[in-house]
Amino acid sequence: MGDSQYSFSLTTFSPSGKLVQIEHALTAVGSGQTSLGIKASNGVVIATEKKLPSILVDETSVQKIQALTPNIGVVYSGMGPDFRVLVRKSRKQAQQYYRLYKEHIPVTQLVRETAAVMQEFTQSGGVRPFGVSLLIAGYDDNGPQLYQVDPSGSYFSWKASAMGKNVSNAKTFLEKRYTEDMELDDAIHTAILTLKEGYEGQISSNNIEIGVIRSDREFRVLSPAEIKDFLEEVE
Amino acid sequence: MVGKNCFAIASDRRLGVQLQTIATDFQRVFKIHDKLYIGLSGLATDAQTLYQRLVFRHKLYQLREERDMKPETFASLVSAMLYERRFGPYFCQPVIAGLGENDEPFICTMDCIGAKELAKDFVVSGTSSESLYGACESMYKPNMEPEELFETVSQALMASVDRDCLAGWGGHVFIVTPTEVQERVVKGRMD
Repeated sequence: MGDSQYSFSLTTFSPSGKLVQIEHALTAVGSGQTSLGIKASNGVVIATEKKLPSILVDETSVQKIQALTPNIGVVYSGMGPDFRVLVRKSRKQAQQYYRLYKEHIPVTQLVRETAAVMQEFTQSGGVRPFGVSLLIAGYDDNGPQLYQVDPSGSYFSWKASAMGKNVSNAKTFLEKRYTEDMELDDAIHTAILTLKEGYEGQISSNNIEIGVIRSDREFRVLSPAEIKDFLEEVE
Repeated sequence: MVGKNCFAIASDRRLGVQLQTIATDFQRVFKIHDKLYIGLSGLATDAQTLYQRLVFRHKLYQLREERDMKPETFASLVSAMLYERRFGPYFCQPVIAGLGENDEPFICTMDCIGAKELAKDFVVSGTSSESLYGACESMYKPNMEPEELFETVSQALMASVDRDCLAGWGGHVFIVTPTEVQERVVKGRMD
């Protein structure tokens, strides 16, 4: 109860040792649309619901999954505009690394730097934390990798994870279905089934978005036609 | 100079201020990690500072990325650092030599503002560079074993610095193979 007195200022700890603004940011993430990621033995898949506020919205203009470098992609849950700012910053950092070393940035390094940006906004004056959690998927010399980055700036490597509205059901479902030696196509099916679990309404190739990266190290967002094929396989 | 699954990097040992010889044991070839060496010719103070800065950057890289830098990456880093000082440059010409992926030898040189020049056989820099180009060109053979490479590099180095009054006083040769590094001091004309 004493916490709420400290919720106004990000840069003030509450007596229980929490930064209440970050808790609120996590709540914002928790009310965002579900997204998830699965690391397979030969690639990574990330997916999200793409529920639009009205049927009049042109769904081809909405891109929730973005590439940060040719071999790293990202999806989010939470506030779209905050996501766009982070994508821009991360892309710039990746290019700066390339300019210096003429080598593509390893996934862990990009995750660290993005997390550092998010942490900066929890310790500066006059700013608020980012209202997004990111799932960063990439394939580099250390193989396929999946990381989650939270508004506080902490990051974790996952074999499979979910965020957003339906997180607890989705995670339980993933726990049951995940196997260590899963192949990418199986992982895509599992991702679709997981999204279907918590989806209110009918899932179709126009209201989900899927991004994959295989051992060819090219991150791609699947087209609606390709999603349709996978959906049909799942049914 | 590149050999078979190995490379050699060598320098003379003179440190001088125009006509005065200050030291005869000056180190110009530095180790970055077990399979990566850099030789810095030119202004001694810039060579030392540049080396310290590069070691600093490499150590941070090692801590962050938990691996050694590849020679190609290191060469890009040196080039970027030199160009940062485009209008007030380090008066140094680096020679970079390393064993990259699968222990493939990699060599390159650059000018003092970072223009990289890759080569498959040999690279040279310093006051005797013109003589060195000639000597290396005539003495180089592809796929030399470490022992033969050492002979060739020493001969080329000694022949070239003997014609240069600002270089000499012996030679310092490193032969680097995937398993070991041999460091040898070569005796030459002490004048």
